[in-house]
Amino acid sequence: MKRRDFLKLASAVSATAGSLTGLAGCATSAPSKARVVVIGGGFGGATAAKYIRMWDPSIDVVLVEREAAFVSCPISNLVLGGFTGMEDISRGYDGLRRHGVTVVQDEAIAVDAAKKSVRLARGGDIAYERLIVSPGIDFMLGEIQGYEGAMQSGAVLHAWKAGQQTVALRQKLQQMRDGGVYLLSIPLAPYRCPPGPYERVSMVAAYLKQAKPRSKVLVLDANPDVTSKGPLFKRAWNELYPGIIEYRGSAKVVAVEAGAVRTEFDSVRADVLNVVPPHRAGDIAAKGGLITTNNRWCDVDWRTMESKAVKGVHVLGDATLSAPVMPKSGSMANNHAKIAAAAIVAQLNGRSPILPKIINTCYSFVSQKEAIRVSSVHEWEPEKETLVPVKGAGGVSAARSEAEGTFAWNWARTIWADSLA
Amino acid sequence: MKFIIITGAALMALPFSAGAQDMVASRNLAAACAICHGTHGKPAPNAPLIPLAGLPRDHIAAQMRAFRDGKRPATVMHQIAKGYTDPQIDAMAAWFAAQKR
Repeated sequence: MKRRDFLKLASAVSATAGSLTGLAGCATSAPSKARVVVIGGGFGGATAAKYIRMWDPSIDVVLVEREAAFVSCPISNLVLGGFTGMEDISRGYDGLRRHGVTVVQDEAIAVDAAKKSVRLARGGDIAYERLIVSPGIDFMLGEIQGYEGAMQSGAVLHAWKAGQQTVALRQKLQQMRDGGVYLLSIPLAPYRCPPGPYERVSMVAAYLKQAKPRSKVLVLDANPDVTSKGPLFKRAWNELYPGIIEYRGSAKVVAVEAGAVRTEFDSVRADVLNVVPPHRAGDIAAKGGLITTNNRWCDVDWRTMESKAVKGVHVLGDATLSAPVMPKSGSMANNHAKIAAAAIVAQLNGRSPILPKIINTCYSFVSQKEAIRVSSVHEWEPEKETLVPVKGAGGVSAARSEAEGTFAWNWARTIWADSLA
Repeated sequence: MKFIIITGAALMALPFSAGAQDMVASRNLAAACAICHGTHGKPAPNAPLIPLAGLPRDHIAAQMRAFRDGKRPATVMHQIAKGYTDPQIDAMAAWFAAQKR
């Protein structure tokens, strides 16, 4: 069978009879040049799948993703403020299908690196030539006493993966009495999206100021101080939300109780408990033997994103052991994906990979319309054998502005399209 | 594993199959810009940015240098542009210029 015919057949089968029938066919037939399997359809995995197909259409790409649609963490804090809706931050996977990616809605539950195959929850294995694991984060619930039970009963939310919890937290804020206290607990760095918690504080304060002006935002930060864009956030809080936000640094939450949290020093009551637990690389990274550091993160060769633990497997995004001064961000995951895609395409075509150079840009809204930003450029440093920020480049916004807000929305819509469309 | 270095002047003086490898190097560099400027330099409809795709090479390169040297005001590009060498700017400009509008 000609390769072109095979591709047509494979996509037709997977489109009509569901993914597994199609995949079983893929797994036993000789594929085209090679098959790359991607686990996880977030900023990292989706971008990798698209860019491999774009840069070499003779490579088959199968994306395994649990959810039917992508929901963006960036901009999700605006949903909490009531400034945008879930539909605005959600995207389907049809864009990837148009690039010829086979999208399988299932969960990867095991990786056999010796056999080069991935096991799916609904049964069946997919063989790969190269595997990309972009699993995002999972939470270390055991680090906070009583968290798991409180989460299951809905008494505490993290809303640190956009989706159901985002909707639930918005509802809790709407239901909260005027004069109530919204509590946000921030874990020690490193965590997903360094400025994210402070943007959330701003968005909730903006909502409360307008809808329930006697209410308070109480921030318990396990870090000694605001970890990103500190002066810009604090200035916005003082000028826009005076008397609403109380910020406490070095306040690590160790337990969740009824209507309260306990720090190492005291018990703090609140009406809405938004406690973000510490993270580690997503579960499949642990199951695949990819976690190398502190039982939490996956160390990679930054020239290719290949795992330092398992050959032939590339790890992207928040799950990686971050390079120096590199945030766990959507921009970075998207760029990690391009490093991996370029390296994999080069290697499968017998070429040497090219040393990478990437850009991070993270916008944070501080009011409905105004945003602030941090940017950096990262390149390979041969002596340190990692990516380092280019000296003299990057920085933060001069001041919060509506112009940055316009560019923030542009960034969001553009990166969603760059990753998924 | 061998790697090809694209920093500094090396980009313009690659040792072998320079044409194709140059385009791949330029493509990789330019891919980082897509988070704001869109895949292939084509932003979303009604975006507040001019599409880079198909702009004259010299114009793109001149704007990048103006950002880098503080001659053109910007919210972010002055900080990004400082991260790139002249050969890298020229390579990215050539790549965007070669994209279809």
